[in-house]
Amino acid sequence: MLIHLKNVSYTYNLNMPFETVALTSINLKIDKGEFVGIIGHTGCGKTTLLQILNGLLEPTSGQVFFDSIDIHKNKHKLRELRKKIGLAFQYPENQFFEENIFKEIAFGPKNMGISEQELEKRVKQSLEIVGLDYYSYKDRSPFSLSGGEMRRLAIASILAIDPEIIILDEPTASLDPQSCNKLLSVIINLYQKYNKTIIMVSHNMEIIAELTKRIIVLEKGKIIMDDTPRNIFRFSIEKLENIGLSLPQVTYTLYKLKKMGKPVSSAILTVAEAKDEILKLVRKR
Amino acid sequence: MKFARNITIGQYVYKDSVIHRLDPRVKIFTVLLIIIAVFLVKTWSGFSIIGSYLFTNIYLAKVHPKFVLKGIKPLIIIIMFTLLIHTFTTQGEVIYNIWTFNITREGIQKGLFIAVRLFYLILSTSWLTLTTSPIALTDGIESILSFLKIIKIPAHEIAMMMTIALRFIPTLLEETEKIIKAQIARGADLESGNFIKRIYNFLPILIPLFITAFHRADELAIAMEARCYHGGEGRTHYRQLLITISDFIFFIITLLVLLIAYCLVF
Repeated sequence: MLIHLKNVSYTYNLNMPFETVALTSINLKIDKGEFVGIIGHTGCGKTTLLQILNGLLEPTSGQVFFDSIDIHKNKHKLRELRKKIGLAFQYPENQFFEENIFKEIAFGPKNMGISEQELEKRVKQSLEIVGLDYYSYKDRSPFSLSGGEMRRLAIASILAIDPEIIILDEPTASLDPQSCNKLLSVIINLYQKYNKTIIMVSHNMEIIAELTKRIIVLEKGKIIMDDTPRNIFRFSIEKLENIGLSLPQVTYTLYKLKKMGKPVSSAILTVAEAKDEILKLVRKR
Repeated sequence: MKFARNITIGQYVYKDSVIHRLDPRVKIFTVLLIIIAVFLVKTWSGFSIIGSYLFTNIYLAKVHPKFVLKGIKPLIIIIMFTLLIHTFTTQGEVIYNIWTFNITREGIQKGLFIAVRLFYLILSTSWLTLTTSPIALTDGIESILSFLKIIKIPAHEIAMMMTIALRFIPTLLEETEKIIKAQIARGADLESGNFIKRIYNFLPILIPLFITAFHRADELAIAMEARCYHGGEGRTHYRQLLITISDFIFFIITLLVLLIAYCLVF
């Protein structure tokens, strides 16, 4: 397995009057090639968890293993680790600072010690993956882009490091529907075509249900559920609502239909599945 | 950032105490008077009176002395340095001699005086900021400066700028922390290299920080205009500053104590 958290806890401002517990005894294993979604109410510790996965925060207790190596035991490994785990924070476009897009993307790989020739290849490739044309974009200022393009550029700047795992914190936050769809197809491509392991936080249940293969539900710093989307949205509706989360709208619809006594399955995640299920119901009549 | 959270100078600690309830203007003038007195007083008895007066004030404010002393920690080096410079460079009666350096009686006394003065300066100013909320402080400054309006100096606008600056310090610190983490995740190296290289390495943090700060300033300006903010003219205050009997008594006591400290000649 790739990442293994063993009994990890994290407390902000430890031993200070305003200390706050963010995570308590998290045990988590993530394998190569997984697509994991993390959901939870605001302030449940999602962002803290992501930062621990990437080694940016050192747990107050517990261990973090990457490829069976305790990453906080050998500090010089942390940079190696960040080469393999790319993290895009929420609103990643806020970290832009270079004069042109080429340099912006090259910043990461350059820090990781990539050679000049390799650099151009990497920049070209990562721009390609996110759907921005290399020749027309490379000399433009990163600040001249639209919101959606900026977000994709930020993701490209992470991809250029060529990480095995990509961690995304609310990648679609405040994007318009079209940019959102473009970004999602980039993410799906990364998972399917480039075989990246992806860990994604989102508040949008439709996106989580449609994309991920495994969902981790956090509540007050603890993992309370860890299962496939189908199982989570099928069996835990009340539980999810109690902690302030919702279901994909189509799941709700079919859940209501089922409650009304209609013979439908409520383990539905996407619009296409819902359509089939409803058509089946109509035809039965 | 860890280092940013350890700074206690300028921090406000809320407590319900006599000192906290005093009018900010009275407190500002008190600190000004203490600063003047500290440089006029030339006797040890005078210093001890001012010292006990300061510590009484801190005690009355119910702020933990450890908190006040923590603010002095970063300045200890400066204090020690001035103490040493004075000890070695003052002419007078030689009491000890190392190589070409003479330690003089006058030097030791002058050095200690300066050290105590610096100590009192920090103590009194942190007493002020620990017991006065930033808002009250700027209100007080605005009120003190308001006579300058006659010569067209915009006292309200200056105070508003101070309030906004103070308000955004924690926000910007948070922002900095986030950007630092984001750049570290992209492999930025902030810990190694010489001084020049380190400054260069901080560019990827400073530039985004400035950009977000400008954005924020722009948005704030628009939001203020949307709520019809138009500066100080004809503007009333939510918190009215009022000089009460206790303010008056406090100020009289301060004046008396400082006068006594100044007049003591032995």
